[in-house]
Amino acid sequence: MGVSRRSFLGFAAAGAATAVGGTAVVALRSDGTAQAAVPRPSTVPFYGLHQAGIVTPAQDRLHFAAFDVITKDRTELRDLLRAWTSASARMTQGLDAGPIGAVQGPLEAPPDDTGEALGLAPAQLTLTVGFGPSLFDKRFGLAAQRPAALAALPAFAGDALDPSRSGGDLCVQACSDDPQVAVHAIRNLARIGHGVVSVRWSQMGFGRTSSTSKAQDTPRNMLGFKDGTANLKVEDAALVDQHVWAAAVDGAAWMAGGSYLVARRIRMRIETWDRTSLGEQEDVIGRTKGTGGPQSGGGEFDPLDFAVTGPDGDPKIKLDAHVRLAHPTTNHDAHLLRRGYNFVDGSDTLGHLDSGLFFLAYQRDPRKQFVPIQRQLAAKDALNEYIQHVGSAVFACPPGVASQGDAWGQGLFV
Amino acid sequence: MSRTARFALAGATTALALGLSSCASASSGGTGAAPGGLAIPVKAGDTSCEIGSTQFAAGTVTFNVQNTGSQMNEFYVYDKEGKNIVAEVENVGPGLTRDLTAQLASGSYISACKPGGTGDGIRGTLTVTGGSAGPTGNAAALEQAVTQYTAFVATEAAGLLTGTTTFVAAIKAGDVAAAKAAYPGARVHWERIEPVAESFGDLDPRMDARENDVEPGTKWTGWHRLEKELWVTGLSKDAPGLADQLLKDTQELVAKVATVKLTPAQLGNGAKELLDEVATSKVTGEEERYSHVDLWDFAANIDGAKEAFEALKPVAQAKDPALVTLLTTRFAALDAELAGFQHGDGYVLYTTLTKAQVKTLADLVDALSEPLSKLTVTVVG
Repeated sequence: MGVSRRSFLGFAAAGAATAVGGTAVVALRSDGTAQAAVPRPSTVPFYGLHQAGIVTPAQDRLHFAAFDVITKDRTELRDLLRAWTSASARMTQGLDAGPIGAVQGPLEAPPDDTGEALGLAPAQLTLTVGFGPSLFDKRFGLAAQRPAALAALPAFAGDALDPSRSGGDLCVQACSDDPQVAVHAIRNLARIGHGVVSVRWSQMGFGRTSSTSKAQDTPRNMLGFKDGTANLKVEDAALVDQHVWAAAVDGAAWMAGGSYLVARRIRMRIETWDRTSLGEQEDVIGRTKGTGGPQSGGGEFDPLDFAVTGPDGDPKIKLDAHVRLAHPTTNHDAHLLRRGYNFVDGSDTLGHLDSGLFFLAYQRDPRKQFVPIQRQLAAKDALNEYIQHVGSAVFACPPGVASQGDAWGQGLFV
Repeated sequence: MSRTARFALAGATTALALGLSSCASASSGGTGAAPGGLAIPVKAGDTSCEIGSTQFAAGTVTFNVQNTGSQMNEFYVYDKEGKNIVAEVENVGPGLTRDLTAQLASGSYISACKPGGTGDGIRGTLTVTGGSAGPTGNAAALEQAVTQYTAFVATEAAGLLTGTTTFVAAIKAGDVAAAKAAYPGARVHWERIEPVAESFGDLDPRMDARENDVEPGTKWTGWHRLEKELWVTGLSKDAPGLADQLLKDTQELVAKVATVKLTPAQLGNGAKELLDEVATSKVTGEEERYSHVDLWDFAANIDGAKEAFEALKPVAQAKDPALVTLLTTRFAALDAELAGFQHGDGYVLYTTLTKAQVKTLADLVDALSEPLSKLTVTVVG
């Protein structure tokens, strides 16, 4: 039997350990004063109706990996999903990836856990799995189960997609408040998968760009603006049910309780943005940079009023402002649950920051949500001068693992 | 070369008693018998299978299988029903001899040469009488594995000396074309036994260093210095001296191999380290950066790992048959992929591979390496 990493290192009993390992969240109001510190437990439950890592309050760090399935054997694929489920159930609860452990096994064998998370609390680790459209080709006999909503994304104006940063048969989203814990999880799952899957691409994210709970402060993206103010929040239960969770009536019964994930690597032209005037930056976004309040007036959480005009008679929130074009009211009430992360992958050969937003959005049907919103943005958004979409993928994230004995995607293999 | 040679430091072994009724393994070249055992010559032709003796005493027997035909051949010992394989040696090329050593208890067996490696082969009966099958159990099986693998290492070292002699002669004659032609085939023998070669202290850095492996102030010598001169800069005035040193070092290697004492754990770890070599320097095209004959080395590393696996297979089969099945499948998948790159008596140049082909090879190496890393603990744990 493995031991939890904390008890292995001699920490106190569970109750106290939670306080030790838990992350104390000090939320800052927009005026800069601190709200009460809210300690949160270090672990997020793994089993449930929905997968964790979707409406879970967004953690600070991300390691996201897309995989190609390299076996042709359907049974090997199914067995891998079982092995991943088992290891993920362990790691999210602070246990080693395998039953033997990083340092408890025989000296002649490589350990079944890689060890770099020894002594670290899980820090809210969630692992979320998704299936790409290509998994439903002829290889595994799954074509008939492909949900209509899992359509390949269309080309959008301005896309500069790199195939080596796009697509994938499977994905795993690892989120944690500790980057080493997230990396440890992806590393161990990739290791378990050797011979069955191969990493196609992966992306680190270092700062959440969206809040998915009203208990969280709104973070800033690499443009320096608050991002995700108007995002769907876990507390909006009716909206989440309507816009995030797939249902059996949508067509694919096995996806009931699941959600569709769109991932886009959006490179920002940081240097040109930085030499853009504050006024123009605010016009491009449609919010003030300081408080995040709408240009139409009010504080961060006040509603956007697209009708308010300035002295020149033009709308205060410009017709091509990002918030206007992305807002549900201009998109037939289409909402997204955004869960993106800032990234910096060093600098490019010109010395420019290779940085931007790794956009992640969960939704009930991309054809009715992400696709029309992005089509409008791609056509008109003033922000397009400063960003470029360079990676793209879409995945069907199945419902949660009900209990031990169940595994990810088993509804597909009936 | 690798930066650290861990092969000689491998862990101790723990023997468990296991009642194996037979065990066997095969090695390249050689016409010897296992210690205390019987040697039986086998001439495997395209249409014939001549076995020196078909009635002999129980115990350790080594078949010296010589391929006298024009196509690849194999030799099998089956149980008396002719169904279950007791011992086998595969892929014996025309003109080559490989040894197959087995522990045979008294009883009847079916022998078979299999020209071309297909069909039932040319079958006969072996009658084994009296005596005992010699030492049995896990400890004996592990001892047998070490004996077999040590013989393989000695054979490869001898092949390396032959190939190096030809290569060195060409260098000293200033015959660049002949030296280039001899280079990859000679190195194949090195690459098959690289972890053992690396265990002998300074030999590996002297013989197999890449330019960036060399400490500042230290002279760069060995295979890759000559590779660079042959393929890039032209032979320097130092070349004959470098060639002489390489031959001298190879002779030293052969002498050291003759007395090397290996453990079963070293076999398992050596197999894993050969795959590490593939993953770090062959699949990346780093090893043979001037000649681009990396796929020769790649295949040779895999051959060496498979030899260790085959030697340990009887023990592993008794302890973890699922692991043996998985390793067999994944060795076969990698072999099949590599076969697609064969060209003449070798392989295409690394520089002709597409990124996608390299990725596929890397995936297959990872797929094999992960379970192979469990072989040592399976056989000695």
